[in-house]
Amino acid sequence: MKRGSFLLLALGALLASSASVFIAQTTVPSIAYDSVDFLKPPANLSIGEVAGVASNSKGQVLVYTRTGTVNVSVGTARTFAHGPSRLLRFDQNGKFVGEIGEGVYALTYAQSVRVDRQDNIWVVDQYSNMVVKFDPEGRVVMTFGRRPETAQSISATTAAAPAAGAGGAGRGAAAGAGAVAPQAGAAGGAPPRGGGEVPAAPAGGARGAAAAAVPARGGAARGLGSQGDSFSRPTDVAWDAAGNIFISDGFGTSSRILKMDKNGRFLKTFGGTGSEPGQLNKPASIAIDAKGDLYVADKGNKRIQVFDGEGTFKAQYTNVGTPSAICISPGAHQYLYSSNSNDPDNLDNGEIYKMELDGKIVGKFGSAGHLVKEFGMVNSLDCQSENTLFVGELTNWRVQKVTLKK
Amino acid sequence: MKRFIQICIVIMATSVVPAFAQRGAQGIKEIPYDTVPNFLKLPPNLYMGEGIGVARDSKGHVYTYTRSGATRLFEFDEKGNFVREIAPGSYGMEMAHAVRVDAQDNIWIVDEGTNMVVKFTPDGRPALILGRRPDPFDGLPTAAVFARNTNPPLPYRFDRPTDIAFDAAGNFFISDGYGNSRVAKYDKNGRFLKTTGSFGNGTGQLNTPHSIQTDAKGNVYVADRGNSRIQVYDNDLNLVKSITGIGAPWAVCITPGPHQYLYSSNSSPESNNSVQMATSGEIYKMELDGTILGKFGKGGKMLGEFSTTHAMDCRNENELIIGEITSWRVQKVILKPGAAK
Repeated sequence: MKRGSFLLLALGALLASSASVFIAQTTVPSIAYDSVDFLKPPANLSIGEVAGVASNSKGQVLVYTRTGTVNVSVGTARTFAHGPSRLLRFDQNGKFVGEIGEGVYALTYAQSVRVDRQDNIWVVDQYSNMVVKFDPEGRVVMTFGRRPETAQSISATTAAAPAAGAGGAGRGAAAGAGAVAPQAGAAGGAPPRGGGEVPAAPAGGARGAAAAAVPARGGAARGLGSQGDSFSRPTDVAWDAAGNIFISDGFGTSSRILKMDKNGRFLKTFGGTGSEPGQLNKPASIAIDAKGDLYVADKGNKRIQVFDGEGTFKAQYTNVGTPSAICISPGAHQYLYSSNSNDPDNLDNGEIYKMELDGKIVGKFGSAGHLVKEFGMVNSLDCQSENTLFVGELTNWRVQKVTLKK
Repeated sequence: MKRFIQICIVIMATSVVPAFAQRGAQGIKEIPYDTVPNFLKLPPNLYMGEGIGVARDSKGHVYTYTRSGATRLFEFDEKGNFVREIAPGSYGMEMAHAVRVDAQDNIWIVDEGTNMVVKFTPDGRPALILGRRPDPFDGLPTAAVFARNTNPPLPYRFDRPTDIAFDAAGNFFISDGYGNSRVAKYDKNGRFLKTTGSFGNGTGQLNTPHSIQTDAKGNVYVADRGNSRIQVYDNDLNLVKSITGIGAPWAVCITPGPHQYLYSSNSSPESNNSVQMATSGEIYKMELDGTILGKFGKGGKMLGEFSTTHAMDCRNENELIIGEITSWRVQKVILKPGAAK
């Protein structure tokens, strides 16, 4: 009996030790953190889905939100859509300061806002297919792309590419990451959905039909889009130290990165649709480190890809789920943060990873949900510092200010 | 066509049980009642539209979720004086369907134009957001054609949801709706727990679940409007019984207190056509087991008549707040059961 229990104990110890080895190899450390619901808008200002959030050098926080109602007006045998995304400025305590770009032609369906080194404010809009640069006071100083003229042409030209995210190659790349299965298969007969962020097509595939009717932009193959700044649902913008502009494009028919100089002149485009190294599938978010390397949240391929400033592929990180929003912290030792955001049909995943720039995971925090400290479809991250992040959520209509604890 | 089918269903339902219907009509006593004229007092240049949602909080304040020039959420005090508008321009507001107030005085809206359910704190801040507004530009190239969703409903997506109810634990139940035909249960933090129902008229099926309430035990009462019945479920959404003989239930409410009552409105067709309106519009008072205690009202445009009741609040057993679609009105109705002949 004694021997029997000793054997059991030994067996248990063996199991425990092998289990701990297993855990040590696969478990990412959790980072302790606090969070507050940051924005305090006045009662008559309704924040909707927070698509973009960014802080400037003064600690102010810019929010680009999908709110209000799209209005359609009737003109010469055509209909025209107006609004309703808004660009709002808050102070360092979350108090509302003012609105920027009220009524501006491009602000239709918010996607991203970023602030450059000179505190210029850049917005990226999915439906106007435009990127607009505002100076720090809020004056329009440069525009990229052109908004389609009518409501119908907005719908047609921004049609999402057929659910490329569910492709076999993309699935293969995700296998090692233990990521969720593509949504298209999970709903059992539901219409296929594109990337998690892209809203569902109506039953009957009206959007798919529209996509088929739109010729490839500029005739370019493989989702490289046009040579210059004509976009298909662009997603994000970043700059290198010289002021060169990088734009990720996008959630529509293009999957590419556009590089322009600081004066808006075309330099090159790279990427293209696919799952090979260097190719992209719904690039959702980008960031550039101090050396000028570009990090792309390659959402449809469930990986982060790293390119040098000339677009040469350098590395890919495939162990952080579905990167939907990324940021790189300032300072001498930079870190990369990436959100494995949930999709609108579930509360799975949702954790945010902290990584070294070489892809080594430092830790993670958070999970999907509605409460403070939980996240709902994170679409943007702003790394104000290594331990202070602003997290913009689509489905919780919220910005959280997250403080990581050492 | 839709209305024709609704009328057919009503005719079929009544012709199937003619004896019961006649007995019911003869045996149900009329409850005398008064109505308070001009209950809601709006400031100049602020107008109610269709009185789609009404609810009171613990202080007696009245909330209306109305289809006006835009869909808007208004608050009035217990005397009907205008207090404020809540969340103007909210991303969740497009086509009002219901407002309800929970035990903590949070204000919940159900919007069938955005497929969203939003909880606002008593001070008017969004606190829990469920469902997701579809891409606004998807609606443009194709006309909006009414279609039921024949796919299994997704846990966190609604298809023209209609109403919400809460149990004592803070779980909530959403009737969903015109597109989906189901009831879904969530915990207080908005995590999906369960769904039941599919389109049809069989056991456990639903045809436009239009209004929903819970009793103190946590049972769930669903106005299965298209099937002219109230479906009663236990707290785990197992079907317990069906209540019939009350026309097509458009709106239901359950009173608080130790002895709870169930009210259900057999509302008139929403045409605002005076001939069609005259055929229905009565509101039934029942025990929770479905025993009919009496009825009051009829369809019509005048005060004291009901122009397609769409929502009822009965925090007070004999003082009902009633929202009507077509007269753009909210009435406060005082029942006088003691005065019955």
